[in-house]
Amino acid sequence: MTSGGIRRSFAAWAGLAFALFGGAVQAAPHPWQLNMERGASTWSQVPYHLNNISLGVCVVIGVLVFGAMFIAMFRFRKSRGAVAETWSHNTKLEIVWTTIPVLILIVLAYLATGGLTSWADTTGSQMTVKVTGYQWKWRYDYISYHGKPIEKVGFMSKLDKLSNETRQLDSGMNPYAVKVGNQNTYLLNVDKPLVVPINTKIRFLITGGDVIHSWWVPALGWKLDAIPGIINAAWTNIKTPGTYRGQCAELCGQDHGFMPIVVVAKSKADFAKWLAEQEAKSARPAAATAAATPAAAAAKTLQLAAVPSKAKQG
Amino acid sequence: MSHAATHDQHDDHHGAPKNFFQRWCMSTNHKDIGTLYLIFALTMFFIGGSFAMVIRAELFKPGLQLVQPYFFNEMTTMHALVMIFGAIMPAFVGLGNWMIPLMVGAPDMALPRMNNLSFWILPFAFTLLLSTLFMPGGGPAGGWTMYPPLSLQSDSLAYVVFAIHLMGISSIMGAINIIATILNMRAPGMDLLKMPVFVWSWLITAFLLIAVMPVLAGAVTMLLTDKYFGTNFFNPGGGGDPVLYQHIFWFFGHPEVYIMILPAFGIISEVIPTFARKPIFGYKAMVFAIASIAFLSFIVWAHHMFAVGLPLGADIFFMYATMLIAVPTGVKVFNWVATMWGGSMTFETPMLFAVAFVILFTIGGFSGLMLALVPADFQYQDTYFVVAHFHYVLVTGALFAIISATYYWLPKWSGRMYSEFWGKVHFWNSVVWVNVLFFPQHFLGLAGMPRRIPDYNVAFANFNMISSIGGFLFGASQLIFLGVLIHGVFFSKKKATDRVWEGAKGLEWTVPSPAPHHTFEVPPVIHDEELAHGNVNA
Repeated sequence: MTSGGIRRSFAAWAGLAFALFGGAVQAAPHPWQLNMERGASTWSQVPYHLNNISLGVCVVIGVLVFGAMFIAMFRFRKSRGAVAETWSHNTKLEIVWTTIPVLILIVLAYLATGGLTSWADTTGSQMTVKVTGYQWKWRYDYISYHGKPIEKVGFMSKLDKLSNETRQLDSGMNPYAVKVGNQNTYLLNVDKPLVVPINTKIRFLITGGDVIHSWWVPALGWKLDAIPGIINAAWTNIKTPGTYRGQCAELCGQDHGFMPIVVVAKSKADFAKWLAEQEAKSARPAAATAAATPAAAAAKTLQLAAVPSKAKQG
Repeated sequence: MSHAATHDQHDDHHGAPKNFFQRWCMSTNHKDIGTLYLIFALTMFFIGGSFAMVIRAELFKPGLQLVQPYFFNEMTTMHALVMIFGAIMPAFVGLGNWMIPLMVGAPDMALPRMNNLSFWILPFAFTLLLSTLFMPGGGPAGGWTMYPPLSLQSDSLAYVVFAIHLMGISSIMGAINIIATILNMRAPGMDLLKMPVFVWSWLITAFLLIAVMPVLAGAVTMLLTDKYFGTNFFNPGGGGDPVLYQHIFWFFGHPEVYIMILPAFGIISEVIPTFARKPIFGYKAMVFAIASIAFLSFIVWAHHMFAVGLPLGADIFFMYATMLIAVPTGVKVFNWVATMWGGSMTFETPMLFAVAFVILFTIGGFSGLMLALVPADFQYQDTYFVVAHFHYVLVTGALFAIISATYYWLPKWSGRMYSEFWGKVHFWNSVVWVNVLFFPQHFLGLAGMPRRIPDYNVAFANFNMISSIGGFLFGASQLIFLGVLIHGVFFSKKKATDRVWEGAKGLEWTVPSPAPHHTFEVPPVIHDEELAHGNVNA
């Protein structure tokens, strides 16, 4: 496959990244950050490396072209007594500088195509989560895990209370004071994060409930639009436990800037424990209405899910 | 040529009408209408710029200090609509109006009355658009792309749609006029392949306008009927598809991007040979590159939509097609550098802006190439990286070319030399602050800051503050431009010569400065060696 070569180099990079980050990571933007982050999934290295490679290519071309231009501007000044030549074309040169860019583009296209093909392949996933964008919060519904359907685990996820109070016009509150541990989480924290296991190919089914949103966690390496009437699919496989933060990336109205995404990746054992707790919690109210029709029970679950859970989240 | 016959018809209108209303509102003169377009564009540039100042002020530091989020969204939306349709496009039409007849040796535009109409529609269109800001429901706030379903939530949609219809009608009439002028009104001997590159670039741009403005009109009309007449083009609840709108919009939108840059290519291809005192390198390649870029613009629209979840095959096709654009664009940049090579260069203000254009537009092109790579675009899409990219191609690209053209041709328009010192002050301030303004936005995008947000995490604070400082100072620098223009039009004591620039070639420099109200009432005789690009067949 086309991506074979870069996949091997990614493996090396991934090893290095793991060594650098160690155990649980806190992936969020940091002050003075200059480049894209390497990411935490098996695939997130693809955009990172394409970014670096294409930037490198552009810098080299830029140095050559602008270098030639500055030499020309220095050497061929009228004030230095330069006399204008009269030639106005050179077929050989023109063929050369048409062909070389084509060759560079072919290499870049080859790398990008391989990465894109692996991104588009959502087959063989071990878990499915449905993501729905609303004005201005996210809903997560757990559909299946290891081939087994998950019953009634779903919840809304919206901007955390402290960020929300701080972000009001003239709140008088300090955005720098919004912290979790020693990390600033202003506008990047939610009341209830999406919890997923590591080392699991997770398929996301992404859709929109009202207008178009876009689900983006930079550490996963991609964003995908949440469009009403359309269900988009993408996948991720997170390597390292940690908290990964992102934001809605498609203008969706006045509070577009205030619907962050937080993904908490846990070890498989911790995730299994968390999932069991969630299932038990949703089973209790469902048991109370056991006599009711399944449709009514489902409606009840939805209603419950719409009210933010008061349960403490990890 | 029969000179006597053409002379006789003109004894009744030698000068401009003395009455102000008659001269400026009823004008059918390409120069006066060109001036109107340019004044209109400059006005809109400052109005759109003031919206940008609001945006940068709110983004100066984290936390909301000045405006509510909805008003912030109105500002981003209106800034884009005003700058694209009110500043950049009318400025190019104004330059085309003024210069195309002078450059091809025509007495006026082919359809002078339509020319008047296509200008005078614009003030009404923008009054309609800007009035929405003072309405109870507020102005449009769904982005200039007006994606449904969000745009359908806006109360001012109908005003925006009608304003866009008017702008579209104006643009189409302008484009028809330019095509008719270039194809029918050239002086004998001004063969197509002897036309200045600026004229070529406008001919091709005019065809793009005619091809895509009706598409935009159709898309926004569908929005209108979806909101007010119960249709379901874009409503999934009624069997419609929100993505359909994006396909239609960007089928307009991508050629629109080139409508805003091809005339800039033309301008730079006039300015650089003049100040390098050497014919443009590879004239035919330059023309062919513009035509190729125009053709490619029709088959790359979905690269604005890589994050909507297109099929794999579509992603790959649009990625390859987009990357191809780098080839003709590269040819143009190489040819500009080759034009400088071996020249005898001086660096008056127009040339400074042209040199800055070549470098900074190319940087915008580089980020464009990076954005074309779909997996990387999954990260870049809808972040400040994209904002940085399109401001490099539109501000340091299209706008710098317009400013360069203004300094280049102003002495021909007004008959006075502008202040070279203050022109250079304007240049150095602009070029420094525009980079302080937009370069850090690359970093913000790469670090993960989405575009169109009124507030952000403190990690983005440093570069936002730098960017805002650059923004305020770049905005203030444009007041120098205004001062230089007013001085250069009304007050400068230094008279311009007919040729104005030592290395200037082409028909527009053979008429007196200022250009009289009527020019080329007798078609000029074309001497190949007098053309800016030399003898292309030699």
